[in-house]
Amino acid sequence: MSQSPQLLEPRLLAAKSGSWRPKPKISNASLRWGLNAAVLVYLVLLYFSVDINWSRVAQGMDRGLAFMGSFLTPDFISRGGEIAIGLRESLTMTFAATVIGILLAIPVGLGAARNIAPTPVYFFCRAIIALSRTFQEIIIAILFVAMFGFGPLAGVVTLAFATIGFMAKLLAEDIEDAQRDPMEAVRATGASWLQWINYAVQPQVMPRLIGLSLYRLDINFRESAVIGIVGAGGIGATLNTSINRYDYDTSAAVLLVIIGIVLMSEYLSGYVRKWTA
Amino acid sequence: MLKLKGLTKRYATGDLALNNIDLEVPSGQVLALIGPSGAGKSTLIRCVNRLVEPTSGTIELDSKDISNARGGRLRQARRQIGMIFQNYALVERLSVMENVLSGRLAYVGFWRSYFRKFPESDIKQAFELLERVGLETMLDKRGDALSGGQKQRVGIARALMQNPKLLLVDEPTASLDPKTSRQIMRLICELCQEQNLATIINIHDVALAQQFVHRVVGLRAGEIVYDGAPDGLSPEILTTIYGEEDWSVDKRDDEEETSKPKEQDVEAALLGGHP
Amino acid sequence: MPIKIVNDTPIWQRREPLQQRLIWFGYFLALMLFLLCWKIISDNTIWEFLSDAHIQAASLIGRMIPPDWSITGSLLLPLWDTLNIATVGTALGVLIAFPLAFLAARNTSPHPSLRAFALAIIVSSRSINALIWAILLVTIVGPGLLAGMIAIALRSIGFVGKLLYEAIEEIHPTPVEAVSSTGAGRMQVLAYSVLPQIMPAFAGITVYRWDINIRESTVLGLVGAGGIGLQMNAAINNLAWGQVATVFVLIFATVIFSEWVSAKVRHAVI
Ligand SMILES: Nc1ncnc2c1ncn2[C@@H]1O[C@H](COP(=O)(O)OP(=O)(O)O)[C@@H](O)[C@H]1O
Ligand SMILES: [Mg+2]
Repeated sequence: MSQSPQLLEPRLLAAKSGSWRPKPKISNASLRWGLNAAVLVYLVLLYFSVDINWSRVAQGMDRGLAFMGSFLTPDFISRGGEIAIGLRESLTMTFAATVIGILLAIPVGLGAARNIAPTPVYFFCRAIIALSRTFQEIIIAILFVAMFGFGPLAGVVTLAFATIGFMAKLLAEDIEDAQRDPMEAVRATGASWLQWINYAVQPQVMPRLIGLSLYRLDINFRESAVIGIVGAGGIGATLNTSINRYDYDTSAAVLLVIIGIVLMSEYLSGYVRKWTA
Repeated sequence: MLKLKGLTKRYATGDLALNNIDLEVPSGQVLALIGPSGAGKSTLIRCVNRLVEPTSGTIELDSKDISNARGGRLRQARRQIGMIFQNYALVERLSVMENVLSGRLAYVGFWRSYFRKFPESDIKQAFELLERVGLETMLDKRGDALSGGQKQRVGIARALMQNPKLLLVDEPTASLDPKTSRQIMRLICELCQEQNLATIINIHDVALAQQFVHRVVGLRAGEIVYDGAPDGLSPEILTTIYGEEDWSVDKRDDEEETSKPKEQDVEAALLGGHP
Repeated sequence: MPIKIVNDTPIWQRREPLQQRLIWFGYFLALMLFLLCWKIISDNTIWEFLSDAHIQAASLIGRMIPPDWSITGSLLLPLWDTLNIATVGTALGVLIAFPLAFLAARNTSPHPSLRAFALAIIVSSRSINALIWAILLVTIVGPGLLAGMIAIALRSIGFVGKLLYEAIEEIHPTPVEAVSSTGAGRMQVLAYSVLPQIMPAFAGITVYRWDINIRESTVLGLVGAGGIGLQMNAAINNLAWGQVATVFVLIFATVIFSEWVSAKVRHAVI
């Protein structure tokens, strides 16, 4: 440690006579007080800038209780047809978008790995990733709905675009972390670029890629429930309508379906990961 | 001080780790528990402070049966039993002082301990113990910044902070070099003498044990096969404890070295690790 | 070793033939499923609309450039609201997720039924997007910041809870045994042996979620739950794409800023 004995001495003497306090987590006193002050200032600002209409909140309480109660009496039946159609659309969008997104994410990911891509390609691919990651799926969905019109196609394109950013970033990081030796060894055999990727890079990143794909499938399903709100198809539209009608029993049913599917996919991906590990 | 009667432990896996053990340890006695690995040494001392639930038998501490104690009574009993671990078991992200003071947890309330407001007398005692083990200048160092020997000294100080009547020590030197091992053993035995503690030390190294302890108990396959003075360990007796080996030449070390990695492989396989 | 004999010469193969065939079959199934999905989507798409998609896109982008900077000033307050939604929401979520994680972790849960209960809450919270929570909450507590904060909190519970309980399950057990064997009470054992071990993970998870929440809270205004999304929604409804572009730029800057903060903090604690 950098602490000199002279500095420690008073603490030792104090401890000897029975008084000791743990050292503060942030040793730089001015930084510590600065941070404390900043938090305080933020809290004060927060207090004055957030105004909440408490009487409106109080009014809503019984509606809140009604909603929670409806989880005990979910209604899968009266709008069963709509739920089924929405669900089918969500699932198809999810699967198609994940497949397309991953297929496109692979070249983008390769291009965004600093250790294998030329610089202009690197920056181009990184820009795609940054764009796709910054904006919420819902914002992207609004734009694609404006271009492609209402319907699941806009949804698929949205989810695929979001998938590209997510997968390509992780893939690129994986490739950048991959071991150098096998990559150089394979290159030294005189393999072509594709062979090189296939033999030196792919084996190192494949298991994680499979795991991530399943994870993304799960995310895409959850997102597909949202983008329906802006007209990009899927179960989100069904959900949105039911909430706006205060038909909480149907909303609860849709939410339970979503939770059930997410839970199922979690179990399944656990198994698949065990197989491929 | 400590009295075990008919202590038996069968693990859920079916292993009979302890078979009907009777053992009595008076105050002030340092007892070495020797035996091959898997003999049940750790199981025995972990049954005493109930980190492992014994299957049957009784454990008496100061003639009070603690084998069925729960909740507050179990904590009360554990407070009187200090424990020192092979891999030190320090909380690595806490400072040395916090680790030592954690020995007083059973004496202070939750909020006092949470805000580290220990009584003056506790802090004084902690400092004295740190001086005794030679680490007083390191009280602000974090646990993970210490060497193995230093960590074990902190572990000793923590156990003694409890003001225990009984000290349980599980292979204190197995991860240390020979010189540090001797220092640690000497420290433990001296402190036990000073404070008149009943002590059970699990140990692999027979020579080291013989040098420091009052009494040796040999364990084999969960049963006591020797109980007597350290210098009564004849080659025949060592053979009954450890199995056939030429004890005149010290071949134990290289045998251990060759058998250990194998054991680890098996363990890894049992844990379900993929190759 | 999978070796195939063809014309008396052994040919090395990477996998056993059966395994290889299963893998190909898996790919085939996936392809069929994909085509089926695509058919369903295409049946529900009016392809005629698509013929002018590139014109639409071009005109959209054309109207976005240059962004309408004149509204920047009026966007700062909503941006501040967005930040507050994310921060307060994260704090609330973490407050609830913290005890929940201890109930959900196998090694600290006091009872299997409590563990099941905690896991159910975590899964439910994780499955449902903040925007959906926001729609619901707007109908319950009315439009405004509060709905957004609670929505963010509800979504964060599952995320933080899951990562935290996994961190708790991965701690070293020996310090826990050591502290228990001093006779310490249950809470003391948690505070002295579990808490120090999970603290770095906890801090990292919290800022990571805060970073995500900044992104999520930028859109909550679309459904009336406060923040910059409100202005974005208004601009979109007015087809004022120049203003939309300004909002985008601000969101982009905020997100980059929060990512930078979160990376800094995570770097400091790990
Ligand atoms: N947690 C456990 N579960 C099942 N069996 C165990 C467990 N711990 C120890 N055993 C078994 O109990 C026996 C004694 O182990 P142990 O007390 O660790 O021996 P020692 O400390 O003498 O090496 C061994 O056969 C071991 O496999
Ligand atoms: Mg042992």
